[in-house]
Amino acid sequence: MNTADQYLKAVYLAQRIEDGPASTGTLADMLEVSPASVNEMVGKLEERGLVEHEKYKGATLTDEGLERAHNALQTYCIIERFLANVLEVERFREEARALESVIDDTVAERLDTIIDRRAECPDCFDADADCCEYLELEVGNQAD
Amino acid sequence: MSLGQRVSSDHQLTRLLQIGVVLEEVVESRAAHHLESLPAAEREAIDEEVRELLAEAADESADHRERLEALIDELDAETVSYEDINQLVDARYGAPEDTDGVLYDQLCNEETAYKFYDDLIEAIEASDGEFAVDRDRVLETLRAIREEEKEGVEDVTDVMERRA
Repeated sequence: MNTADQYLKAVYLAQRIEDGPASTGTLADMLEVSPASVNEMVGKLEERGLVEHEKYKGATLTDEGLERAHNALQTYCIIERFLANVLEVERFREEARALESVIDDTVAERLDTIIDRRAECPDCFDADADCCEYLELEVGNQAD
Repeated sequence: MSLGQRVSSDHQLTRLLQIGVVLEEVVESRAAHHLESLPAAEREAIDEEVRELLAEAADESADHRERLEALIDELDAETVSYEDINQLVDARYGAPEDTDGVLYDQLCNEETAYKFYDDLIEAIEASDGEFAVDRDRVLETLRAIREEEKEGVEDVTDVMERRA
């Protein structure tokens, strides 16, 4: 997943958590980057018509940005589910965050052929818990 | 969240190699399922060239898997067995309607594997960290597999073009 898609996903989740525009501070915390980096990237996304930015309030996804954020969150959900249910990784959230930049959408689509994901994905993603609300960790012999 | 592609720890490398093994297992299993799942009439209609392509793809995936497993073994980790992945593929498998669908799925398999190794190589190259397994050997193995995936894409494309 590229950096722009990771930002769009973060804006989407921050909007849900804050029930309004995604503030620079929240995005900086979520992405573990500086507020200056957030402002720079949000500016680029705004130029591409993917977010609207209002001074002192924050960023809001446009319709096009929302569609891309949905796809990015689905990809992330596939990675989390794959780690939790196929590789049986206990710390799947942390590992998904570490791996998402290396896993391409097409790779996630192939992994999606062996996991169970609900039709409403990504609406069932719990932004506060940072995982799908229906995700249950498989227990058994872990592949690590 | 981690921005930017980089593989910097044994743990992360191991996890990505494990994902590579599962991808190969998915390819191997889907190729086998395609041959078994087509209706008898379609199965007979699959010419020798397509049958050979699928059989070679399954063999090649098994070989890639073994090469990745050797590295994972050195990193002191385990992999998910082929039988487990085969069961998961089986549970959610939807057979393509015809031979063209089979070939298209096979093309996706090869392209996806190529993309995965390409990204993984780039992410390892972007990091200067050392691993418990020799970094050059990891890269050498992954580059060789990536090359074979590239040839796989070309092979499927050739067959598709001949049939068009």
